[in-house]
Amino acid sequence: MRVQLRVTGLMLKRSLIILICIQVLLMFAVSAMAAVLPQERADVMYHSYEGDGMSIDGPSVLVRKQFGNKVSVSANYYVDTISGASIDVLATASPYEEERTEHSVGVDFLHNKTLMNLNFTSSSENDFEARSVHFGISQDFFGDLTTLSMGYSKGWDEVGKRGDENFLEEAERQQFQLGLTQVLTKNMIMGLTFENISDEGYLNNPYRAVRFVDPTAERGFRFETEVYPNTRTSNAAAINVNYYLPYRASVYGEARIFSDTWGIDATSYKLGYIHTFGDNWLLDLRVRVYEQDSADFYQDLFARSAEFNFRARDKEMSTFSNVSLGLSLTYEHKFSQSSWIKKVTANYELDHLRFQYDDFRNVLADAPVGEEPLFEFSANVTRIFVSAWY
Amino acid sequence: MNSKHSRNIGMAAIVASVLLTSGCQTTIEPWVKPYERDNLADPIMAMNRNPVSFSYTMHAFQAREGARGAEGGAGGGCGCN
Repeated sequence: MRVQLRVTGLMLKRSLIILICIQVLLMFAVSAMAAVLPQERADVMYHSYEGDGMSIDGPSVLVRKQFGNKVSVSANYYVDTISGASIDVLATASPYEEERTEHSVGVDFLHNKTLMNLNFTSSSENDFEARSVHFGISQDFFGDLTTLSMGYSKGWDEVGKRGDENFLEEAERQQFQLGLTQVLTKNMIMGLTFENISDEGYLNNPYRAVRFVDPTAERGFRFETEVYPNTRTSNAAAINVNYYLPYRASVYGEARIFSDTWGIDATSYKLGYIHTFGDNWLLDLRVRVYEQDSADFYQDLFARSAEFNFRARDKEMSTFSNVSLGLSLTYEHKFSQSSWIKKVTANYELDHLRFQYDDFRNVLADAPVGEEPLFEFSANVTRIFVSAWY
Repeated sequence: MNSKHSRNIGMAAIVASVLLTSGCQTTIEPWVKPYERDNLADPIMAMNRNPVSFSYTMHAFQAREGARGAEGGAGGGCGCN
């Protein structure tokens, strides 16, 4: 009965998505107001993540160039250099080092004042290959107060495993996005976003394991391979608002809800304030809070081996919350309009995150089985980048 | 019962979307004029001011959380960049 209700619900959601898409396409067909190509700019960034025994850093370069009044192309080169190991991996294996390289190219096309974009992304590391394509369409209408956007992405993953030449699994992903941006007043703008994502194939992380009680083991438990369902469908919706204050500063907020067929429900809230100092300096302060409930098949400790058909102990599947505090500092310099480069900014951004888990225990601690302290950790996410508009 | 309920929601969605995509355009005048959009055009009002940093940060959170999708605004803006 529950399965039937879920299937009916999914069919209804898909029908609604198709219906909304048809309506939006009709709107694109009858409406032809202003749409603009993305600004020409180049960004060179160094990024770093430090936390939970992991160190991940590398460069990212994004360049966007316009050709004529109708075409804009972009290219992004991104590298993650990873060393260390998170608590999930440390429980069963050793720290490691690897590198992930991502390339993406995109083209934006303005036709009859409708903006369309097509992107292709490929990501490569020694045990994982991913490719994806994305098509998006957006249009301003209603005196340019409203922007409607739609997107569709399809992705293909190939999953390998270090030390096992014969291990090769595949997964496919697809995403539908629908967005609406609305100017509410001359000082306030609001956005609504909905995204449906569905995956099919091998969705496990091959390096992660579940633990189960085994009185014959030295520590009273052992590990075995995780087993996930091979399909997952999720829906997320968000609302965000930006408000311009009476002086040159703004506040912004975002609320997001999430639910998927694995039983994970999540919410996140973000609140930020941007302050300017003169014409050149900009300070952005923000706080973000995230909470989620665990997947139906998640347990920190199973009673026995193969207790259920599906089982997971990824801490990302557990019940937990995190709070992040962030700041961004930007220095901006404008050149004359006749100059080739119109504007340059130098940016420093830092977010400090604190994760607290409700049902994921630190198995590295010396304690009786199932009574280990709950896991928690902090992390810093840093971005340093220079941007130029031309 | 459930299928009747689903049909009602479907009909409501059809009526709402038809009204949204037809009636509103012709009966309500845009209330913020192009010359009143200086503040909206300021970069401090952009929902995605720095794409290269935004996509990285989104990836950093998504890799450590179960939720995914609908991150960071609907894109677009006030059509004035």
